Amino acid sequence: MDRNIAGVTIQVNEEGYLTNFAQWNTAIGDALAAEADLALTPRHWEVLNYLQTEFKNDSPLSIRKIGKSGVVDIKEFYQLFPTAPLKTASKIAGIPKPASCI
Amino acid sequence: MKRILILGAGTAGTMMANHLHKELSPNQWEIDIIDEQEEHYYQPGYLFLPFDIYEPEDIIKPIRDFIPHGVNLLIEKIDRIVPREQYVQMENGDRLRYDILIIATGTKIAPEETEGMQGEEWKKSVFDFYTFNGSLDLRNKLREWQGGRLVVHVTEMPIKCPVAPLEFAFLADSYFKNKHIRDKVEITYVTPLSGAFTKPKATTALQHLLDEKHIHVETDFAIERVDNENKMIVDYGGREIPFDLLVTVPTNKGDDLIARSGLGDDLNFVPTDKGTLQSKAWQNIFVLGDATNIAASKAVSVAHFEAEILTENIKRFIAGEPLNAEFDGHANCFVETGNGKALLIDFNYTHEPVEGTFPLPGVGPLRLLKESRLNHMGKLAFRWIYWNMLLKGTHIPFVSTHMQEAGKEFA
Repeated sequence: MDRNIAGVTIQVNEEGYLTNFAQWNTAIGDALAAEADLALTPRHWEVLNYLQTEFKNDSPLSIRKIGKSGVVDIKEFYQLFPTAPLKTASKIAGIPKPASCI
Repeated sequence: MKRILILGAGTAGTMMANHLHKELSPNQWEIDIIDEQEEHYYQPGYLFLPFDIYEPEDIIKPIRDFIPHGVNLLIEKIDRIVPREQYVQMENGDRLRYDILIIATGTKIAPEETEGMQGEEWKKSVFDFYTFNGSLDLRNKLREWQGGRLVVHVTEMPIKCPVAPLEFAFLADSYFKNKHIRDKVEITYVTPLSGAFTKPKATTALQHLLDEKHIHVETDFAIERVDNENKMIVDYGGREIPFDLLVTVPTNKGDDLIARSGLGDDLNFVPTDKGTLQSKAWQNIFVLGDATNIAASKAVSVAHFEAEILTENIKRFIAGEPLNAEFDGHANCFVETGNGKALLIDFNYTHEPVEGTFPLPGVGPLRLLKESRLNHMGKLAFRWIYWNMLLKGTHIPFVSTHMQEAGKEFA
């Protein structure tokens, strides 16, 4: 489905995740973060950039993997993106949430 | 004489041995397959063993029975692959040169990745069912267990057969009903994902199963440790879930030999082209089955479809032709839902499981994403198909390598 955000139209799924990463830009990231009551700092962006790089490499993400990435430890990841950090950060980064087969 | 070496005589490696034996000239190509154990385990059976539905003898057969004459089977331990010099170093000191290498070394559980998982309670009240021994130990535990809080838990993705832990929860509901102790058992399903189901169509079609079976779901749980003293799992956000019996799917990793060879990612899975199945690092190394890092399910059906495509690509590689980027991530799996019923799901990289008919569009006889007794019969019949057709590389009638869009309700 289409939605308007940060002055552009993007495609998202039922849960608001971007379905086409090519449509993402930093203004969209900021706007999606604001919807999650987050103001993005340079530390947030370092983590988001890491997630996007892994996504481009088709590499599945998990909390443990992010903790071992050297980019951020798990404690800080929870501080940056509270409650369900991987889900929240994925949505802001414009990448799909981690999923199972069904 | 040139040589193809296949590492691993599990599902994927055995299928490749059978395919390549049929396709390649024995005057030009020697085919060797290496495994460290003598037995082939029917891993889908690990789901049924704990509930006394299968016996150990249903799921173990000698590897040798499934390797064609003319293919050499070596039961030896592999130390590492040396891709630059095109040989495999064996633990016994032998060096096996290869022209083409096929990696089919699968995936293993790594409970040591989670603090406390192998603590005091391991094998007392903490079990896995992704190994033969784990599944058997759990069977013995369940036979005597009088009830309490059963927690079925997934540590992190990716895992082999992502739907198996959910099937375990469904079968547990039936098992305890049949033992007339269902009222004494609380079943909680704990997942690092956003739900027991993560795809919209499956969620709509299947959410009712969890309600009917009174399975409580805890989502977005990223486990930090198992607290053995207080018998609970704790996540990085501080959430605590108590258990009397924890059935966990530990972190899944590729074989250590991949790490020793410097060929893996951080979970020892081999970076692989998702269409051609060629390794990203070396042109003459191909990878299939659970050992790859591709975003297809780690499942028998995936290995089966991959084996058909990889066989074509190896013939092309030998002939110096460009590879076909044909693998579409196709998977086709029966999902046990308990009470003698099952679902069938069919999906690929781009299409989520939807409702429809299978394998014949509009006819079936199997219905997709709907519970039925016929699907359960299909799941049980699958064991026969596995031993007698799949491992031997026989094409399954009506089931195509690529996912078919006809007969499915995508709208």
